Parts: sequence; structure tokens; C-alpha cells
Amino acid sequence: MSLINVENLKKDYENDGVLTPVLHGVDFRMELGEFVAIMGPSGSGKSTLMHILSFLDRPTSGLYEFEGEDTKNFDKKYLAKLRNEKIGFVFQSFNLLPRTTVLDNVKLPLIYSQKKNQDDLARKALADVGLSHRLDFYTNQISGGEKQRVAIARALVCDPAVIFADEPTGNLDSKSGNAVLEILQTLNDVGHTIILVTHEMDTANHAKRIIHIKDGMIIGDEKVAKRTIASADGELRK
Amino acid sequence: MARKGRSFLTMLGIIIGVAGVIIIISLGAGAQSLVLGQVTKLGTNLLSVQPGNSNPQGPPAQVFGIVTTTLVNSDADALRSPTQVPHAVAVNANVRGTATVDWQNKSVDTNFVGTDSGYPNVIDFTMQEGQFMAASDADGGANVVTLGTTVANELFGGTGVDPIGQVIKVRSASQSQPGGVPLRVVGVIAPRGTVFFQDMDDQIFLPLAIGQEQLLGIHYLQSINIKVDSADNVNQTINDVTRVLTETHHIAPGAPIDFTVRSTDTAVSLLTTITSALGLFLTSMAAIALLVGGIGILNIMLVTVAERTREIGLRKAVGATNGNIMKQFLLEAGTLTSIGGLIGIALGVIVSFLMAILMQSLGYDWAFVVSPISVISAIGVSILTGVIFGLYPSFKAAKLDPIEALRYE
Repeated sequence: MSLINVENLKKDYENDGVLTPVLHGVDFRMELGEFVAIMGPSGSGKSTLMHILSFLDRPTSGLYEFEGEDTKNFDKKYLAKLRNEKIGFVFQSFNLLPRTTVLDNVKLPLIYSQKKNQDDLARKALADVGLSHRLDFYTNQISGGEKQRVAIARALVCDPAVIFADEPTGNLDSKSGNAVLEILQTLNDVGHTIILVTHEMDTANHAKRIIHIKDGMIIGDEKVAKRTIASADGELRK
Repeated sequence: MARKGRSFLTMLGIIIGVAGVIIIISLGAGAQSLVLGQVTKLGTNLLSVQPGNSNPQGPPAQVFGIVTTTLVNSDADALRSPTQVPHAVAVNANVRGTATVDWQNKSVDTNFVGTDSGYPNVIDFTMQEGQFMAASDADGGANVVTLGTTVANELFGGTGVDPIGQVIKVRSASQSQPGGVPLRVVGVIAPRGTVFFQDMDDQIFLPLAIGQEQLLGIHYLQSINIKVDSADNVNQTINDVTRVLTETHHIAPGAPIDFTVRSTDTAVSLLTTITSALGLFLTSMAAIALLVGGIGILNIMLVTVAERTREIGLRKAVGATNGNIMKQFLLEAGTLTSIGGLIGIALGVIVSFLMAILMQSLGYDWAFVVSPISVISAIGVSILTGVIFGLYPSFKAAKLDPIEALRYE
């Protein structure tokens, strides 16, 4: 059983009666523990694919099996539950709550879960991204790199099956960006499944596998031959 | 909630509305206590017969300067018959006027009541010292007088002289030269305060015969008071009194009567009607304030939802259902209005309290009442306002598409 199985997945958008096809039939499989980069230029449909895979959107047609189950008939409430329990999000623009502490930001997904010891879970997730010293800081008091690490901790806190990182380094300088990528690689090393959405080859090369997408179709699916390993001090290590 | 200034301005409508409700209810209860206090001061189940025909709900004919001489002493005697008016406990005939009272070199202008021995049985009061006129003195027209505290203080205050036993001279206010009827003081009535805007302490009480013949020079009565044994018999007694006086005045059946019977109960219900009508009017004003406050909530919640579109998107992405989002914003609106409600209650209680102190300092029997029901309903109404006017913005927030919301700039 694959974690994700997608067959002939299509998505059309309707705008004022004009049908715009975005995904033209996408097929791929993904297993637990993988680190996949979905790469393509803007407008290629990679964001749409990510939204469907992460249960924020539904395909127009085609099959999407998650953990061996067809997602077609999942209702909205169950999709929200899946997003909470199985999916972690890291966004380009962090999307942290303003005027809220780092700790409370990480706790946010736990509010919508039934989990116990929420405080401990949030502290542990922040320790995993190296931010134990920033727990009571407000989100406007920390740097961009730290913000993205808070976002990773938030994605991590419910112990999801897969973490989606949508251009996670897009708003960061290269040093902070490398720190973020290093954390993602470390998380993958300890068993987390990661899907990295990016339009930059340099970033995509941090993954183990790259799916190239263009004009709504997969044009390449390959293992990364010379993987870039990000280092803690931000220097690149080939 | 971090935007404190804006939240406070939003709450202002609710604060004013709730404070208004609290103040209005408190003032209503205060006015009620004032009116009831007036009546209980005189005594309950009281009827008053006045000469001349007038609407029992409106003012008596005397108010318009009409002098009617149709009510006479024999009418009071007829009403005293237990077979004719079985439920009358006591009947008391009165005349009133203004008089000048002299004692040694002091002179005081006051009101006098010429009355009979029935007075203490009809009107409630207590004696400060001495006694009210003895029945034989009052009905026999003896030269005795009972003083109100104001008059007693003005004449004897500071002299160290005990008023009881002193002889004062009373002359009609229209009589300019000195002299007058010498009357011996037999008692002083304890302070009674103001009843229906009349100072009950600035009065003296003397036998009816002296009032009628020596001070006023008249042979008719100005009022007859009747105490009824119970509230249930008030209407029956009004009918009895009307029947007896119709007979004694030889009024043909169907012809207009030349007297008016009023009950204090009618006066109370009249005043109660006025206060409750006023309360209703003010309540509707408060309701308008609450409505405007609610629209303010609606407005600010729409702004808040728009401002926090990305947050809503994020919350949905991390697992919030539409219901979770809806609940969050409803709770926020409810919190906003209930805080407003609490501030409004505090403000309302403070204002009501200050008004009660003001009224009491003006000498009214004004009770400071804040009923728990009004407080509870104020909290309820303010939360309800938040929920009702927060419903649409919360629904809007819940229906946001998470992808669109996350992209929102």
C-alpha cells in the first residue's frame, strides 16, 4: 500500500463559464518516508496538485488514494480531520498568528485535535527545530528564519503522515533558507515524509526525488543523483 | 482583542444600551416605591368624597377655583350609619385653610385642618408627644389643637418650652388684625414628610367646628375621608357612598351627582400607568441603542473577518472545521458584547445609585433598587446581540475557501 496513489488526476477551474484545465491527468505513487520535490514553473499546476494532495481542494476527476483509501467520498469534516492529523503545512509566507507567542502558534493545530499534553507536544516540536529558547517570544520579535522554523514545528506537532512545504525558502535569505532545508532533511532522516513544492532547482536538489511538472502534466520523475545536503551553519555541503 | 480602542468603541453602543436598561428599570422601581410609599403613609383602602362632580380620574373641581357647598356635616353623619355603609371602618369630615398662628411674640403662617375624631382612624400617623385631639374635644369643638412638627419647631424650637399645654392663637390668614381663637396644644405629630407634594408636617389640626365657624365662616365640608375595612370592599363602598349621598342630596335617578368619590387605589393605578408608560418609552429608546450597538458589532466583525482572512485559511489548513471557525467568531462577538454588557451594568448601577442619592437628598422616599432580573436580562440581551449580529460575519468566515483565504493579501 502506497501512502499516496494518484491516477489520471484532473482538475479544471471554471471562471465566468470559461473552463480552464489546470491538471491534465497526473499519475504517480509515493511511499512513506520519501522526500519528494514537486518542481515546475509558476502556472504549471504544482500548487493545485499540492492543494489536492493536502485535502484543501478536490480533483475534478481521477483517482486519489491516501493510505490505500479512495478520498473521493470523504466529506468536508473528515477532510478537516485528515488535514489536522495526517498533514503538516509549511508556507512560503509563514502564516503565523500575529500578537501570539511562538508556543501558542505551535499549539494551534492541537486545538482542533483531541490530543492530550498539548503543551508538552508543542515544546517538543519546538525543541526539534531548535527554538526552545524562543517559546514566549511574540512572532513579531523573531527573525524570518526563526518564523519558518516555528511554522515547521507547527507542521510537526500533530505527528503527521506527510509534511507539505510550499516554497519554504522563498521569503528567506540563503542562510536561513539552508537552515530550514537542513531541518527538513533531518526530519526526513528520522522518518517523516516530506513533499517540497518549489520552482528552484537548487532547492529541489535537497530532496531525494523530483517530480517535474509543466502545463498540468508530469514531464519527469527521477531520483536525485547528486543530492544537496544543507549544513547547520548554512554552508553547502555536496 | 488586541485592538483595545476599537473594541471599546464597538462596545459603546452595547454599553449605552445596557446601562440605559438598568437605569430605566431602577428608576421605574424607585418611582414605584415613591408612589407606594406616599399611599402607605396615608393608609391604604382610603376613599375621599369631594363636593362637585368631576371625573374621578382627573383633578377635583376645587383645583379650578370652583367653590361647591353641597357637602355638609349631615352627609358625614349619614355615611357613618353601619347599615348604609357596612364596610366603612371610620368616616372623617374635613375643612382646610390657611391660618396664622401666634405664640408669645412669634407668628407662623401654616395650613390648618379642621377635622373630627375620625381622623386618627382614617389616616395613619404616629404622635411625637401628647395625643391627638380627644374624641369629645374634637367633636365638641373644644379649644384644642394638635401641631405638625414643622409648626411646633418654628414656634417652640429653641425656647425650651414644652408645647403641650401652651395656648396659641389661631386666626384666619385673611384676618389681618391680631387676636384669633385661643387653642391649647394637646399634642405634636411625628414627622411624616411629603405626601403627594404636600408637606404633612407644616399643618395644625383643630376641631371641625372651630375650623368651619370661627376660621372659615362656612357651614359646608371640603372633604370626607372614609377608611374601608379591606381592599376587596373598596368598590362596594364607593357604590354605597354614592347611593347614600344621592339620597341625602335628593338627586333624581339618572341626574348628575354633585360630589365625587375617589379612592387612593385609583390614584396609585393612575401613577403606575404613567410610570410604566414612561418606562416603556425609555425601554424602546434603550432597545434602539442596543440595535445600533448590534449594527456596530456586525460592522466590526465583518472588518475583523476580512482582516483575518489568512488566519482563517491557516486555521482551516491545520484542521479547523467550518463549525470551529463559526464558533470562534461567534464567541468573539459574544465576548465583545458581554464585556460591553458588564461595563454597561456597572455604569447603569452607578448612575441609578447616584440618582437615588439625589432624589433622597431632595427629600423623596426614593429606593435604590437594582433587580437581579434586570441584571441577568441585561447580560442575556447583550450576549444575544453579539450572537445575532455576529452570526452573518461568522458564517462568512466559516464559508471561506482555505486556498483563497491563504492567498489573500
